[in-house]
Amino acid sequence: MGSAPSPETPRIAYNPPTVTRSAKLLITGPFGVGKTTLVGSVAPLVLRMDETMTEASVGVDDLRGTPHKTTTTVAMDFGRLHLNESLVLYLFGTPGQVRFRPLWEGLADGALGALVLVDTRDLDRCHDVLDLLEEHGTPYAVAVNRFEGAKDYPEEEIRQALDLADSTPLTSCDARDRQSCLRALITLVEYLSARQLEPHP
Amino acid sequence: MSGPRRDPDVVRPYVRTGGRSRPSRDVRLETLVIAVHDPLTQGLEPDARRVLDLCRGGVLAVAEIAAGLDLPPSVVRILVSGLIDTGHLAAPSRRVRADAPSADLLKEVLHGLRSIA
Repeated sequence: MGSAPSPETPRIAYNPPTVTRSAKLLITGPFGVGKTTLVGSVAPLVLRMDETMTEASVGVDDLRGTPHKTTTTVAMDFGRLHLNESLVLYLFGTPGQVRFRPLWEGLADGALGALVLVDTRDLDRCHDVLDLLEEHGTPYAVAVNRFEGAKDYPEEEIRQALDLADSTPLTSCDARDRQSCLRALITLVEYLSARQLEPHP
Repeated sequence: MSGPRRDPDVVRPYVRTGGRSRPSRDVRLETLVIAVHDPLTQGLEPDARRVLDLCRGGVLAVAEIAAGLDLPPSVVRILVSGLIDTGHLAAPSRRVRADAPSADLLKEVLHGLRSIA
């Protein structure tokens, strides 16, 4: 993506003046699973924002009851898609590790839902993100990002490994391929739409 | 995921926002705003003024302001909510509350995605 934009010369592009409404989906999953790649395949422009996060550093030597706090910067990539004259959809690449929990408040609030990208070579790393989604009550669909050389697993095995509810959609995509990513997003929104019509307990 | 800060001074977010640590209204990363016509900028703090200046060009989401100005989105949420309170920024129209998404909004998103797929 080149070097970071200088603060005074933003590379951002304004929305057309007819745009008055926005919606948000999260693209999440473990580190390196292809979240930014997917956003870049679907959106014409990927922007990055840097959030500062204060976290207590928990060390094994730290038994004095005074947790040290460190400030870290977390980069988050996002893009947008104009769906019609007045509606814009934002896709936020959302880090799925539990240590980024403080960021989730701002990201998950108001999200229509989330697409969870997974790599079948390391499904264990997905439990963090599924926990975070459950905590925030964010509905989600799961998409296997097909990495070259990764073995194909039967859907049932993946569902079991991730402990997915029967109703949770499981699909697959190639994060580099626009059409395949759009299909995965459509699968997610079809699910959200159907879920909306169901009576809630 | 983490890298060196571009700003060598670690400025705590509440310093940049005049002591506020939370937005005064429901402003989210995807909230759209635009500068009101010819706003007065007297008395605005530097970061708030930068936000306002950027928003004179057209409709942007909070996340885009954060990316454009290289400010943390949590800070921009607070600045934007303050600028809406003071009448400098406004929503491009009545904002749809997304926390209880209507079936209609989801249908519209679905229709939009299908039309470009």
